[in-house]
Amino acid sequence: MAAISKTSLLSLYETMLRQRMLEEEVVELFKQGLIPGLAHPYIGQEAVAAGVCAALGEGDLVVSNHRGHGHSVAKGIPERAILSELMGKDAGMCLGLGGSMHSTDLQAGVIFSTAIVGGGIPLAVGVALALQMDRKANCVACFFGDGATNTGAFHEALNLAAVWRLPVVFVCENNRYAVSVPVSKSTSASIVQRGQAYGIPGLSANGMNVLDVYAVASEAVARAKKGEGPTLMECETYRYKGHGVYDSGLDYRTQQEVDEWVKRDPIKGFERKLTTEKLASAEELDAIRSRVKSRLAEAVEFAKNRPYPSNDLLGKFVWA
Amino acid sequence: MSYAEAIREALAEEMRRDKNVFVLGEDVGKFGGAFKVTKGLLDEFGPERVRDTPLSENAIIGAAMGAAIMGYRPVAEIMYMDFLHECSDQLVNHLPKMHFMTGGKLTAPVVIRTQYSLGRNTGAQHSQFFPSFYMNTPGIMVATPSTPADAKGLLKAAIRGSNPVLFVECAALYGRHGEVPEGDYVIPFGKADIKRPGNDATVVAVSRMVGEALSAADVLASEGISIEVIDPRTLVPLDTDTILSSVKKTARLITAEDSCSTCGVGAEIVARITERAMDYLEGVERIACPDTPAPFSPPLQKAYMPGKDAIVTAVKRMMS
Repeated sequence: MAAISKTSLLSLYETMLRQRMLEEEVVELFKQGLIPGLAHPYIGQEAVAAGVCAALGEGDLVVSNHRGHGHSVAKGIPERAILSELMGKDAGMCLGLGGSMHSTDLQAGVIFSTAIVGGGIPLAVGVALALQMDRKANCVACFFGDGATNTGAFHEALNLAAVWRLPVVFVCENNRYAVSVPVSKSTSASIVQRGQAYGIPGLSANGMNVLDVYAVASEAVARAKKGEGPTLMECETYRYKGHGVYDSGLDYRTQQEVDEWVKRDPIKGFERKLTTEKLASAEELDAIRSRVKSRLAEAVEFAKNRPYPSNDLLGKFVWA
Repeated sequence: MSYAEAIREALAEEMRRDKNVFVLGEDVGKFGGAFKVTKGLLDEFGPERVRDTPLSENAIIGAAMGAAIMGYRPVAEIMYMDFLHECSDQLVNHLPKMHFMTGGKLTAPVVIRTQYSLGRNTGAQHSQFFPSFYMNTPGIMVATPSTPADAKGLLKAAIRGSNPVLFVECAALYGRHGEVPEGDYVIPFGKADIKRPGNDATVVAVSRMVGEALSAADVLASEGISIEVIDPRTLVPLDTDTILSSVKKTARLITAEDSCSTCGVGAEIVARITERAMDYLEGVERIACPDTPAPFSPPLQKAYMPGKDAIVTAVKRMMS
């Protein structure tokens, strides 16, 4: 793969930081009672969203899931639209009607996010079908977890995408647990092999290393755009927090295991690489950190100050 | 022409008119569909627009939805209404909610054509008719044509509309012939059809039961009783006003359907009418299948299915 420009490297860094800082803020806001309902923190998995989205180009799309704030940030949905939606305010990207799990922003290219595990995978196949029928050299990346690879929808969708040779990149974020059930107890054989079962290349990526994810995703995206069909990417990653904001994650995992993965933090790891290899200075990285922090603070203020939608919204949008 | 031919004509005309309309489903291509409704479409429109799919209802509807949100107008065929349960996640959790959850950003104009085979000795898993399930699922329209003309007009409207539509055909009617207006015949949704005016009782009949109600009307007429037969044509949106006006005239309401009685279409119609016209009503009765799965053996199946005799008996009982 060609060398990556400094601009791109710093962009990857900033994207991961934006995800991390937003998600940490979301956890805080949840504790303060300002974000109601459910939220599923992406903390620890930032390299996957950043690496995959960086491999996508103009006109490429993303289908996301319940653990999707990272995807939304990485694809370019403004923080203020995300936070407003999470708080149920009128300026939310879905006007407060969707909530955390239904991020949709057509300009950013996040075509839909679903709360049903596996439910977005057939949808992504249909989006890819449209791209193919349009004769566009574009693709769609569909994010889902290890749990989703056991749903019927996953298998039906992979098969159909393979049979019709559709431009979809299936991105499995294997964080090793479906809520509390580990992959070792739920998932037969390996996830990458499931691609092979459908004649689709199965590629593994180190989900804690943004450049590795980027390299693998770039290969899958290139295949799709050349009309060579779908790819299944399995990114080994980890969520530091529990399944949702209300779950400690420690009823079924040890603190020791969590700590081991935190040592492989994608953001700290990338910082070390950039500074050690003199690809960027500590000052440059600090400047990025400051910028991200103040942007986020502004977005939080914005969302906090927005009103809730009026009850008139209830009768709207049932029918187009 | 026959009911099946009318549906085929509607499909072909819409596919000629709009290149974004395409058909997908099991056996719809070379085989022409399990009931031969799509016969000839592959020859005229080619394999990109008439697609045979794998046995994957979830993926079929999910992919149709993905293509629809990108601007296509898919007409998906689900071979038997019973098989809608195979794709319930897409059909209930996703399709009717896409426009709403995204605050109006996405529209999903998917038409799902299916049929019910009650009366053809196909057993409990190939005989079910349950459109009321989808009356309880806001965001999807439901059409139940009873004549070739209605089938043509409603299907054209369904394909041109901006909303998901469940288009439920009746296999027992596929061979029935009737007058069909030529050319661009479109019937708006939400408009019931008074198939036969009358004064003594209002019979709201769905799909196959419309014909039975008209036969009952002939029998009753010979005894000096006139019934008004109303065919709602679309259950969502339901033309409650037409039914209401009729009941205010006749004071007697009978509903007739091939669904099981409990929570069937009649249950909803009776609830709506009694809420609004309690003072006008002298009698209310629902005619439907008993609350059991459909039996196979022909005499049992015949006893299971409601028909003109049940309607005649009910009207006379109400008037005595």
